[in-house]
Amino acid sequence: MDKRLSARDAVAQIEDGMTVGIGGWGPRRKPMALVREILRSDLRDLTVVAYGGADVGMLCAAGKVKKLVFAFVSLDFIPLEPYFRQARQSGAIEVMEIDEGMLLLGLRAAAWGLPFIPTEVGLGTDVLTHNPDIKLVDSPYDDKEWVAMPALKLDVSLLHVDRADFHGVCQIAGPDHYMDDWFARAATNTIVSCDELVDSEFFHDPARAREVFWERSATNAIVEIPGGAHPSSCNPLYGFDVAHFKAYTASAKDGGIEAYLSQYLGADEAEYQRNVGGLDAIKALALPTY
Amino acid sequence: MSTAATDYTLAELCIVASAEAFRHDGEVLATGIGVIPRLAASLAMKTFNPDLMMTDSEAFLLSEPNPIGKRPADFRQANETWMGFSRIFDNVWSGKRHAMLGPTQIDRWGQTNTSALGGTYQQPKVMMLGARGFPGNSISHANSFFVPGHNNRVFIEGECDYVSSIGYNPARLPRGRSLDDVDIRRVITDLCVMDFGGPDHQLRLLSLHPGIAVEQVQENTGFALSIPATVPTTPAPTVEQLAIIAALDPHNQRAAQIADNPPGNRA
Repeated sequence: MDKRLSARDAVAQIEDGMTVGIGGWGPRRKPMALVREILRSDLRDLTVVAYGGADVGMLCAAGKVKKLVFAFVSLDFIPLEPYFRQARQSGAIEVMEIDEGMLLLGLRAAAWGLPFIPTEVGLGTDVLTHNPDIKLVDSPYDDKEWVAMPALKLDVSLLHVDRADFHGVCQIAGPDHYMDDWFARAATNTIVSCDELVDSEFFHDPARAREVFWERSATNAIVEIPGGAHPSSCNPLYGFDVAHFKAYTASAKDGGIEAYLSQYLGADEAEYQRNVGGLDAIKALALPTY
Repeated sequence: MSTAATDYTLAELCIVASAEAFRHDGEVLATGIGVIPRLAASLAMKTFNPDLMMTDSEAFLLSEPNPIGKRPADFRQANETWMGFSRIFDNVWSGKRHAMLGPTQIDRWGQTNTSALGGTYQQPKVMMLGARGFPGNSISHANSFFVPGHNNRVFIEGECDYVSSIGYNPARLPRGRSLDDVDIRRVITDLCVMDFGGPDHQLRLLSLHPGIAVEQVQENTGFALSIPATVPTTPAPTVEQLAIIAALDPHNQRAAQIADNPPGNRA
């Protein structure tokens, strides 16, 4: 099955009001080109589920988000994401604020077709106070109460990987695949952008096959977008764009998202990449040191 | 033979005092978030607790802590195993971890806030990071806190604006659990070292940094501390410890962690 689509056609599958999971972590390996395609669309009222970075900030600032399911939103070296803060501080979005691990459990429950997974995480905290829909349950095996972390079912997941073939076999060569495998499994429709489209032969090497973290049946669409994670990183191909994130953060205080988008977004990814200095410049971005 | 240093910064004193929190941990993952906690965990692993485990702050477990900051091009870190974020949770929920973090608020019950300040929940005045991993950390394994500026905006009078982590608050105790299940270890600040070992888990003064008075600590804490009759002085770093810290932090990032980088002895 040939799963290749253009970014525009892939994002056209998303409908107003859908729940959209976004892979990656903070400023790392975010499907930013697909996020930009949402920014160019008329989509609205999305529920976004993410270990958030600028993906969340941009979507909130552009008015695409009705509700956010999150544990944090951060650019790492810039700890506080400026547009997410503005969205929260203006009361613009509904939130389901949970622990990082609860988010993982919610994705697992959705992936496994379970209504919930029991955990002690969240007990004694305001995660429960502010999420009355997250219920406590009794255990059939002990006398303690447990948090029943509900399944976080996703209509769509957006992911970015290093390489993929047209069947949807996806390689993440970087040091961490984060929770992308669970985002892929928790979604009805998983759309994956890749830096490079490769022949299936690429995966015959067992070392490369070990860098594939979900089966192709969990991938519904493949979009080839070299540099598509920019300004987030796609280690080992390129690091995150520190200067761009600083300009993005500064725009929140001067000009706002409209100024940022009019300077950079463009009509398509080719124009975006011209606006940020070109693909060669993206691929030359140094990897971060932690 | 160890020799007490006479010339050291407050940051270095805090690193050494924070390292003590990991001394008796045995074989657990030591996670220090921020320069001083990370150097503290690294120092503990390099000296009195070599059984500690540590990550590269990205995706691998190391048998030897990485120096902080840019490393030479030919540097090869001592990978032990893969330790991506999903596997971190396997470790967290097994309890074999001791994290040291710096929350924005800490209340009398040891509850912390990393999420939001003021306003309403729907519209906070100041939005911060979010709950992050604090709920899970606090109920799963040992935690210590590092506070670079000890004042009563951090150690607040009332309850945290948002409770990110479970503490010793009987009103929030989950059914079937005991307050003793909560495991908050040390609280290290720029003024002193504390723990929650006072009566009914009251925050207790353990040692004062050189030149700091009991009154100064109490005045900068929004609630009553448990204060023993005699409070020792936080031990100075040894010359050997300072050398190890310098090797772990070759770009001297520790100098930028506490306002004005004061000397360790403020007498």
